[in-house]
Amino acid sequence: MTVTNAAPPAAVAVSSPVRKTRRRRTLRQREALAAYLCLLPWLIGLLVFTAYPLVASLYYAFTDYSILSSPKWAGLQNFRQMFKDPLFFTSLRVTAEYCGVVVPGTVIIGYMMALLLNHRLPLLRLWRTIYFLPSMVPAIAGAFLWSWIFNSQYGVANGLLGDLGITGPQWFGSETWVLPAFMIMTLWGAGSGLVLYLAALQQVPSALYEAAQIDGAGPLRRLVHITLPMTSPVILFTVVTGIISSFQIFTAALVITKGGPNNGSLFYILNLYNSGWVNFQEGYASALAWVLVLIMVALTLVAFLIARKTVFYNSNGGR
Amino acid sequence: MALSLTGGPPPPATSIPTGQLARPRTRNRRWLLRFAVVVIVGAVFFFPFYWLVISSLEPQSEILSFPPRFFPGVIQIANYTKSLAAFPFLQGLGNTLIIIVGVEVGQLISVPIAAYAFARLDFPLRRILFAIVLGTLMIPYYVTIVPQYLIFRDLGWLNTFLPLTVPSLFGFGGAFYIFLFRQFFMSIPKEYDDAAMIDGCGRLGVFWHIILPQAKPALAVMAIFTFVAQWNDFFGPLIYLTSSNKFTLALDFYAFQQQVPGLQPQPANHVLAIATLITIVPVAIFFAFQRYFMRGIVVSGVQG
Repeated sequence: MTVTNAAPPAAVAVSSPVRKTRRRRTLRQREALAAYLCLLPWLIGLLVFTAYPLVASLYYAFTDYSILSSPKWAGLQNFRQMFKDPLFFTSLRVTAEYCGVVVPGTVIIGYMMALLLNHRLPLLRLWRTIYFLPSMVPAIAGAFLWSWIFNSQYGVANGLLGDLGITGPQWFGSETWVLPAFMIMTLWGAGSGLVLYLAALQQVPSALYEAAQIDGAGPLRRLVHITLPMTSPVILFTVVTGIISSFQIFTAALVITKGGPNNGSLFYILNLYNSGWVNFQEGYASALAWVLVLIMVALTLVAFLIARKTVFYNSNGGR
Repeated sequence: MALSLTGGPPPPATSIPTGQLARPRTRNRRWLLRFAVVVIVGAVFFFPFYWLVISSLEPQSEILSFPPRFFPGVIQIANYTKSLAAFPFLQGLGNTLIIIVGVEVGQLISVPIAAYAFARLDFPLRRILFAIVLGTLMIPYYVTIVPQYLIFRDLGWLNTFLPLTVPSLFGFGGAFYIFLFRQFFMSIPKEYDDAAMIDGCGRLGVFWHIILPQAKPALAVMAIFTFVAQWNDFFGPLIYLTSSNKFTLALDFYAFQQQVPGLQPQPANHVLAIATLITIVPVAIFFAFQRYFMRGIVVSGVQG
């Protein structure tokens, strides 16, 4: 039997007449054609709106490019500027501090909410809705609301502190308190992970708890040795998405502080926005964007490396 | 998979009540303690909503008094009529809705059919392309934004709705939904396809007549999520829309609350009234479509 072009080995192995093989191949080709037809809009979008911009911004990162002139090759100039720019390091520190509190904070609070609500309680639906609802508030409206709550003169936060005999800080107006204020604002939305955690908790087989109880394990040990390992894949997922989203905080910072006071809330994306759309340094903004990608990739890899040691994937349950 | 998270009866208490072997009285006490914590945490998380609405209803003299009062003495609905007189609500709403409809239509055209290919058809590079779909989920929006901005500038599309809507026609920003639809399609038995194809249906016919009509829950998830995401979007409109008659509600609000030097700033209770109106819509949508929200969120975690 002569096989003309590189046919898949399966087709060769089948000792069928040549005509039948060819017919099968055309069917496969037609299937592939149909598939690519289905994917055509997405493929065009991938090329035009993702692949090309990724390559272009990588190129711009090595150019001197203000929006009115055409890009001029500048080698590593933008990166040199970045590592000399105190604003870059400020933005990095501010964002890292914010993420360092907000990512573990939202995961722990959200998880504890789920543990609380994974029981029969009166008005269960109401509580779930209330815990989850803050994550539905538009960032822009939430930002103004929290700037009002933390208003140093008339805000309710300082009103409550005053009841306790404490003179409240300036919050968004103070270089030291601006980040804690942003953190509290974000932690208000900690219930966004609640639904996922509840779904995960309900998939833990109850037989495990029964066995542990017979062995005399108390509530805390059951949590540490059964509940947490069995739900660890979802925790990993929320940690990774949490890192990605908290590194990109922008709207609230622009609305409330514009990065102030004294750059105390100059988040990374705010710095990028200022470079690209206020100072019109597109080359520098692109360099900042690519450094952001590298940071995210690194953080995600670290999360997955830690996960390889700690995350438990149940072999016969859901992944 | 536990999908009926809110509707229906309370979930089976998978974790055994802490003191099953303990005496009923300690069990009751624990239950009471837990319920008290649930109520207190609920009150803390609900308080900002309460404060938003209350402050938006109080007269100027009351919100500018310190310490603030937890129960307003006077309710002043006129805050809403006054702030709406100064805020281009209908225009902003119209612009926002145009963008939302544009994005929804675009995604409807590009997303389900791509997901169908990944779920049902065999073709070269299938696995690699699907990995790329998931990979695009990880790419920060801000990396592609500069070149995208320049593309749209060169097309003369700045200060139009096109940069905000046209990319969705090509699946941009739809990676999560492609994943969601693929998962959904894979749960539809393949026998339906086979039967239809024996009856002479082509592959696209199968998609149109068999798969898509069964995908209403996934379509609902996509429509609702997209609505809320576009309603809340700020960065896209901020960089593409420059003249105020094109502004979305989020942009109008941004301009409204800004303190322009030389101009009298809007009183806080008026700004909060607009903030309340902007917040009500996604919150109401959440109440109306809770079931779909839960489903969409749970599917998003499956890939983890």
